[in-house]
Amino acid sequence: MINLETPRKFRAFVNQAHQVAAEMLRPNSRRYDLAEHEYPVELDMLAAMVDGLGASGTGSGAGASGVRRTAAAEDGVVNGSNLSSVLSIMEMCWGDVGLLLSMPRQGLGNSAIASVASDEQLQRFDGVWAAMAITEPGCGSDSAGIQTTARLDGDAYVLDGEKIFVTAGGRCDAVVVWATLDKSLGRAAIKSFVVMKDTPGMTVERLEHKLGIRASDTATIRLENCRVPVENLLGSADIDKGFAGVMQTFDNTRPLVAAMAVGCARASLELTRELLSEAGVQIDYDRPVHLQSAAAATYLAMEADWEAAYLLTLQAAWMADNGQPNSLQASMAKAKAGRTANDITLRCVELTGTLGYSEHHLLEKWSRDSKILDIFEGTQQIQQLIVARRLLGKTSAELK
Amino acid sequence: MSIQERTRGRRDAIGVGVALLNRLAQWRAIDRLGLRKPAERAVFEATKTGFRTAGALSRRFSAASKLAAPSRLPAAKGTGRFDLTPTEDQQMMVDVVRSFAADVLRPAAATADTACVTEPQVLESSAELGLSLIEVPEELGGIVTERSALTGVLVAEALAHGDLGQAVACLAPSAVSTAISLWGDETQQATYLPAFTGSSVPAAALALLEPRPLFDPFELQTRFTGGLLNGVKSLVPRAAEAELFVIGAQTDTGPRLFVVEPDHPGVTIEAEPSMGLRAASLSRVLLTDVPAVPLGSVEDYAECVRLSRLGWCALSLGTARAVLDYVTPYVNERTAFGEPISHRQSVAFMVANIGIELEGMKLVTYRAGSRASQGLPFAREAALARRLCAEKGMQIGTDGVQLLGGHGFVKEHPVERWYRDLRAIGVMEGAVLV
Repeated sequence: MINLETPRKFRAFVNQAHQVAAEMLRPNSRRYDLAEHEYPVELDMLAAMVDGLGASGTGSGAGASGVRRTAAAEDGVVNGSNLSSVLSIMEMCWGDVGLLLSMPRQGLGNSAIASVASDEQLQRFDGVWAAMAITEPGCGSDSAGIQTTARLDGDAYVLDGEKIFVTAGGRCDAVVVWATLDKSLGRAAIKSFVVMKDTPGMTVERLEHKLGIRASDTATIRLENCRVPVENLLGSADIDKGFAGVMQTFDNTRPLVAAMAVGCARASLELTRELLSEAGVQIDYDRPVHLQSAAAATYLAMEADWEAAYLLTLQAAWMADNGQPNSLQASMAKAKAGRTANDITLRCVELTGTLGYSEHHLLEKWSRDSKILDIFEGTQQIQQLIVARRLLGKTSAELK
Repeated sequence: MSIQERTRGRRDAIGVGVALLNRLAQWRAIDRLGLRKPAERAVFEATKTGFRTAGALSRRFSAASKLAAPSRLPAAKGTGRFDLTPTEDQQMMVDVVRSFAADVLRPAAATADTACVTEPQVLESSAELGLSLIEVPEELGGIVTERSALTGVLVAEALAHGDLGQAVACLAPSAVSTAISLWGDETQQATYLPAFTGSSVPAAALALLEPRPLFDPFELQTRFTGGLLNGVKSLVPRAAEAELFVIGAQTDTGPRLFVVEPDHPGVTIEAEPSMGLRAASLSRVLLTDVPAVPLGSVEDYAECVRLSRLGWCALSLGTARAVLDYVTPYVNERTAFGEPISHRQSVAFMVANIGIELEGMKLVTYRAGSRASQGLPFAREAALARRLCAEKGMQIGTDGVQLLGGHGFVKEHPVERWYRDLRAIGVMEGAVLV
């Protein structure tokens, strides 16, 4: 039966996440935006609480549980960890995107591990805070062009290369590194490896200064003659079935990033509505938009786009929970949510004038934070390429 | 328990399914009508674009037997789970309507658009599908036991994939039967609904729009005073043949719905051919001292406006999907500069955005429809769906023409018709109801 409301069984849990966002993340939002690179100590306590929630089976705080299946209800419909993760992330990012990204043990690397790791690896990496390292100085969206190499030498792979834009790369315990076993074989030879931070040969070179999400550290990581045990390779070591496996991670992580965008945009919408209301602008859902003020009409248009982004995100997660292939819907969600969040947060600054532009409120911050959400985990343009190829039945060689 | 219930027994879920299958079996009759062969279709001699006439003669509507109190559908009971799977009954209904749209509506679309009329055989077979039964309680001869706005959404979407104009013509009577079912008192239900659940469904229309810029359905100029209606209604589907109207008019306490039998000298119908939706035979209805009976409350009127907007959203989904389905093979087959034009990002991204926005429109509309079915407040969701479908739907319409270039501008391809039809979503109020 078609129903797009928050599942009953997640309502208490979503409310809990909202309380955390309101009482813990929001109050610290401006502080860590101004003090970039300072470690948000408040998060350690919070992470312990999130771990507790995870252990109680309620779902994960930041989506680190990946695609592990949840038992179906009588009618075969599953509302599982993918859905609870996006709902939770929406609430947390209503609080603060940067702080969510700094949540210990809840990195995108954790999501990758949860999605493709064997049961043995899952157990071994339990409790590890894992970042994700894909991008290199010379390769961004074109992840098949990765230059970092992994050479098999006895019981270890030897990794060499440089990774940039590693979210939580400074603070994490381990990094999931994408590297190629053989550059001449292209994407099929790309594998991901869990590299513990204390592995000799891995160094954090520097942390970036950024437009937004300043509470989250973004690191450059160098790998030099870095020996990683063979059992830390995620997925299959066979070259012929590689890339699809690592790319599959994205089907699960893209809805999470879409959820971040949805949460951030909702924060902007809510505060803007409040400020507009104080200025005498009321939103009427029944009267035609053209009979309302331009500000109200703009607000309604933004809220409509937001609603679409929100539901596209839930759809992608729900499909993952129900074992339905969701590459197309995951990219649709990421594309719509990324561009919508950026557009909404920027327009909210415009609507609220100096209140929005100055640091009195968080509106200007959210409009800086939102920009990354249309870039990382696949840019807007990459998502459109994926959607277009799927709809048109084109290969990446045909539709470049 | 009502008298009908005791004599016939209540339909359970299986019973409803069987009732639908029965409809499907009857619908197979259109094969014999030859509707599957558009080439053999009779072309109408005259186009109905410039007439002025009196209201159609109504049949005698009378209450044979009525319930002690009006029948009201209970809200659909939710499972509490997020789910995008239609029920089996909904899926069956949609499958049938989808084939009807593909086999009957689509082939007849161009002719109906030019002639400004939907062929009687098409209307008859659409009535056989049971379109006007979807929202009528089974104790009143319908097929449902709970609110089914979402089923209405799915059906309208499926119909409009074939053709939006004819979809509106087919759905116009059910807007009236739905309104009477939802808000009529026991006398109105007993008087009018049997005609809509019987074998010959009358033409009927829900008329809210009035001809002026910045029209507001909550500030109507058509007024109800002393039991009489005065005013002008615009873009009313199949008004010339309508045997019954439900009309929105202002009262001292706010706008309300009224039941009007057009068989009165104060009713004049004027053709109002428009940019699109031409197959719906759009007309103006001029009302001068026409007797009318109130239907529902001021609050019911507001719900009617919202449910009608949802109907238009649902229709936009079907037509926007038709655009996507049409341009996809076109841009793959059309070559320029030595390769398919779909190999260019400027073309491919346009298709991607059609897909993305359409999926968003769909989910937002479904959420509103599902909330309406479950008896939850849905004013916000319906407003957002309307905003989105009006804006993105039109964008999809214009991109559909753009992707075909000059070929999109000529009538050899249907995209120019979809462009004209999709402009209606932001304009229309009333006419359809889910």
